[in-house]
Amino acid sequence: MADKDTDLQRIKRLIKIMKENELVEIEIKRGDSQICLKRFQPQPAVSQSVAAIPVIRPESGVAPAGPRTEDAAGASGAAAPVENLAEIKSPIVGTFYATPSPDSKPYVEVGSGVEPQTVVCIIEAMKVMNEIKAEMSGTVAEVLVSNGQAVEYGQVLFRVRPD
Amino acid sequence: MLSRILIANRGEIALRIIRACHELGIEAVAVYSEADKDAPYLQLADEAICIGPPDCAQSYLNIPRIISAAEIADVEAIHPGYGFLAENAHFAQICRDCGITFIGPPVEAMQLLGDKIAARKLAMKVSVPVVPGSDGAIENDSDALKLANKMGYPVIIKAAAGGGGRGMRVVHNDISLRSGFSTARCEAEAAFGDGTVYMEKFIVEPRHVEVQVMADNEGNALHFYERDCSIQRRHQKMIEESPCPVLDRHTREELCEAALRIIKEAGYVSAGTVEFLLGRDKEFYFIEVNTRIQVEHPVTEMVTGHDLIKWQLKIAGGQGIKISQRDIKPAGVAIECRINAEDPQKNFAACPGTITRYIPPGGPGVRVDTHVCQGWTVSTNYDSMIAKLIVHQGTRTEAITTMRRALQEFVIEPIKTTIPACLDILSHNLFVKNKIDTGFVERNF
Repeated sequence: MADKDTDLQRIKRLIKIMKENELVEIEIKRGDSQICLKRFQPQPAVSQSVAAIPVIRPESGVAPAGPRTEDAAGASGAAAPVENLAEIKSPIVGTFYATPSPDSKPYVEVGSGVEPQTVVCIIEAMKVMNEIKAEMSGTVAEVLVSNGQAVEYGQVLFRVRPD
Repeated sequence: MLSRILIANRGEIALRIIRACHELGIEAVAVYSEADKDAPYLQLADEAICIGPPDCAQSYLNIPRIISAAEIADVEAIHPGYGFLAENAHFAQICRDCGITFIGPPVEAMQLLGDKIAARKLAMKVSVPVVPGSDGAIENDSDALKLANKMGYPVIIKAAAGGGGRGMRVVHNDISLRSGFSTARCEAEAAFGDGTVYMEKFIVEPRHVEVQVMADNEGNALHFYERDCSIQRRHQKMIEESPCPVLDRHTREELCEAALRIIKEAGYVSAGTVEFLLGRDKEFYFIEVNTRIQVEHPVTEMVTGHDLIKWQLKIAGGQGIKISQRDIKPAGVAIECRINAEDPQKNFAACPGTITRYIPPGGPGVRVDTHVCQGWTVSTNYDSMIAKLIVHQGTRTEAITTMRRALQEFVIEPIKTTIPACLDILSHNLFVKNKIDTGFVERNF
């Protein structure tokens, strides 16, 4: 399954999607393997990792195909929950959107307080925008997915520190 | 040729389709419920997407989730396998509306043939004999009584919208007709959302003989000869074989030609099976068409040397059938035993559990189609079939010998399986001598 040509094609497709949608970061997990791509952002105030260096991290421990980059900021999805954080999981299959519309601020960010009825994100499925509610009270500790990312049923979207 | 498809199914058929895809250079995207998350066959897919909890309605039968998965995985087509959504015309329509190719027949053909009453009428139109019966739906029990007395008992009441043995009642006299009629209607309503029933003369001790067909988008259709599926228990097939051991050449040709007439008249595309009953007098009667690839398709593959799943994929990708009927040359005899996680000693009660020791048979002429391996947990969420064991030899006697050997070698522990029941059937004098019919298992075991 982790055939180099397929990986390369997949990476090229992802880079194309990133450019078309002006995404900065994409992380996709499928079974044992993970792809994380980051785009160079010319922002003088914050120093970020450079270029779109692909990292494929199969959990079986096989050495990755290319050089590694460390995450400067943003999500790391692989670690197990610490300090008893509650998880908000996707109830459907679809595309995750952090913001109500392309130009607005995200529904929630790390540090946002949530109540059961708080809308935390939209998941688009078959052209229907589904508002996903927190269904718990607490503070968002981690955001594990990014705008435009494909999500499957049960995928962890946020980790929340319960009240 | 298609380049990327999604398989809307699970278990052995999902694996079967993944294998055919990879040999054709097609990427295969699998979906799974949480109950199947550790299935090893998912590792063979190019991608696997979780679509829901174990419950079928929330996963393998959930159309929005399957379509969403198809969209995020960016596939061109969906293969529905068998069961689940394979014969769901609404699902096929949604695929069409979403611009996804449904690997199977067009919606119209599926709807036409899925309506058992309409299918009967179509068969009659192309001069295929049908089981004598009602002209259409039976509306009330006095009509049922009149017709039953006219045709003569026994009769069978069947659901127009159904199959798989549900919404069916065999009745032998006026008294059981009234209750049989209303229970069949209730069962049909509950199982298929449609209580419409019709009636047929019940053919006594028939054989169940079906013809495998394949059609492309250009109106070409071929048959791949027949299978005999008379070994059934409660309308569920247990053992299938090809060829039908009691058919003479002339009847075989007529049967296969009849199947093709029905398929062409219906505008059918892709794989399908036309089912008939064969009476003791070797007269055959059309009963229904299964508008999908079937569980027992490997029997035909072994005898004809053709890969039916690959045919489906090629046809869905726009390829036409370029060979002629003469190019399909069956050879030898193939037999399949379905191995279920059921205890034959306890009336075939389901036996879920973890398989701690699994050793499949091998050797010449043996094929095992399964998703199961050592460590696999058979759950209660899905049907109990865990493997299909198929053998192929030059003659029926040799095929039976190989099947017995293979069944005896097959280790599946500690759960109970139907392997002992298959061995008993294969050793039975009547089976060996071809003196069986669809009632054989229930009468003798």
